[in-house]
Amino acid sequence: MTSIQKNAINSIAVSASNVCASLGNVNVLHGISLQLLLGRWTSIVGPNGAGKSTLLKVLAGLLPYRGEVALLGNPVTSLKAKERARQLSWLGQNEASADDLTAYDVTMLGRLPHQRWLAPPSAQDHAAVEQALRTTHAWDWRGRTLGQLSGGERQRVLLARALAVEAEVLLMDEPLANLDPPHQTDWLLTVKALVARGKTVVSVLHEISFALHADQLVVMDKGRVAHQGATSEAATHQALVKVFDQRIFICAVQGHWVALPLVNATELDGATAPKK
Amino acid sequence: MTLHTTDQQRKAWLLAIGLLLVSALLLFLGVAVGSTGFESVLNMQRDPQALQIIGEIRLPRTAGAWLAGALLGLGGAVAQGLFRNPLADPYLLGSASGAVLGETIAIVLLGVSPVAAHWLTRIGLTSAAFVGAVAAVMLTLLLAKGVQHTLRLLLAGVVVGVVLGAVSSLILLLHPDIMQAMQSFMLGSTAFVDWAACAVMVSVLVASVVAAWMMSHVLDGLALGESTAQSLGLNLPQMRMALIAVLALATGTAVAQTGLIAFVGLAAPHLVRSVVKTTHGRLIVLSSLMGAVLLMAADILARWLIAPQELPVGVLTAVLGGGYLLWLMHRHSGRGSGL
Repeated sequence: MTSIQKNAINSIAVSASNVCASLGNVNVLHGISLQLLLGRWTSIVGPNGAGKSTLLKVLAGLLPYRGEVALLGNPVTSLKAKERARQLSWLGQNEASADDLTAYDVTMLGRLPHQRWLAPPSAQDHAAVEQALRTTHAWDWRGRTLGQLSGGERQRVLLARALAVEAEVLLMDEPLANLDPPHQTDWLLTVKALVARGKTVVSVLHEISFALHADQLVVMDKGRVAHQGATSEAATHQALVKVFDQRIFICAVQGHWVALPLVNATELDGATAPKK
Repeated sequence: MTLHTTDQQRKAWLLAIGLLLVSALLLFLGVAVGSTGFESVLNMQRDPQALQIIGEIRLPRTAGAWLAGALLGLGGAVAQGLFRNPLADPYLLGSASGAVLGETIAIVLLGVSPVAAHWLTRIGLTSAAFVGAVAAVMLTLLLAKGVQHTLRLLLAGVVVGVVLGAVSSLILLLHPDIMQAMQSFMLGSTAFVDWAACAVMVSVLVASVVAAWMMSHVLDGLALGESTAQSLGLNLPQMRMALIAVLALATGTAVAQTGLIAFVGLAAPHLVRSVVKTTHGRLIVLSSLMGAVLLMAADILARWLIAPQELPVGVLTAVLGGGYLLWLMHRHSGRGSGL
């Protein structure tokens, strides 16, 4: 192995090669191969039913699959469950929400991979929980149970739970669900801060304009990767518009790419190739 | 440690101490209530018969009610955590109908009533009920092909419950003479609990509480959903199996000694949660204490309400528990979340 190849491997956080997976009897993923860059934010986008959440679950080792998935250079199947849990944190969508646990206790569950069996939480655990809750602005109601919180507040606690793991790789499925615009922006800043600290973030997003803030985009369609590339590339934009049936257009607003619904075909003029 | 966590911790401690104090008070009441009334307590010093009533009947049965209640409360907390369902109760996996079938077969074979039985046959009956309960849970696991799918497990439990119940009914139909003997078992009663039964229940209770407490973080993780629990590195299949073993053991032991006592296992964790919101580690211990107090109180009421006659305690817990469940339902629908 040459040093260049080694470096290439070292710069990959999660890789999948020819991965197939099914839910029940339905094949959802058909031979997915991709490499997610270390220390970068990658967004997975695509129409409903494209297999985005399934792919995320497979990458997190939560679903059976055929093919190979590697986490930080090691086959994910070779890792012990607890070791994997320390390296990779996963935030799901529409999971059960522990209505009777307090926000603090829920966030502390994120520290489970770091705790020895039966050992009480250490000072470090408490510090990580506090930091995570403060990051998502959930610290003030740490004593309230999830049942007493609104959908958005609950989502911020669950996000804090995922952050508290302090894993190298964070996988998030629809993390913006139920969040209001200020907290969506907070989430964006949090992700940027994580990436700046060298962490790898992978998010499945429906909000294309938020996804366009990522470093890389994986565009999925019908269980396959339609395109993978840097967010700023024109080819990525074209692939994105294509999988959404040409029903959106992408343009630049104040230096940021945004996706807008295509209401009127005449809007297309001059919008597909935004001026930078 | 944060301010609020300490607050919940303090509440949990207060509740535990409160429940222990109530237990002590009820133990005294339980000793005083009976067909011969409080006189037995007063005459205990000089009347050997009174001493015997206290020492051999009232004390073990009151303690037995506490222990069986604790086992059911523990079972309820584990079942509700395991199935992430507030309506789960310890009998969910078919253990109740299994115990009934075991007891029915044993009574038919041994030809005895549980009321007037010799101690050896009592052990036989108790073991039959226990074996029936555990076998039913194993049958449920077999039908559900393991513990991976919660819904499949619940459905298998329902199927096992219905089928075994039908078999018991059939046997009862063919042997109408044992109907009377079975009645007290099906309605639940603490009347046959002696010191030996108490010793069995104490040992199972201690083992179950310790085991469940040691696995309580799995229940906490499961509260966030299966995938999240798995992503936290928890070994779900193995831990689930172990928790079901604890559930079957605790429930089987309680049912074998006191028959089918309704609603204690369902209501105890709810009552605890209405006072303190805490993780499963504390919930398990507090639910045990709550179940113990509930059954002990119900048992005393059952003995006292129509004294010198007594009501089967299971009837009382069913009526009280049913009322509580209705109230819970209306409170939930009032908040629009529905059960």
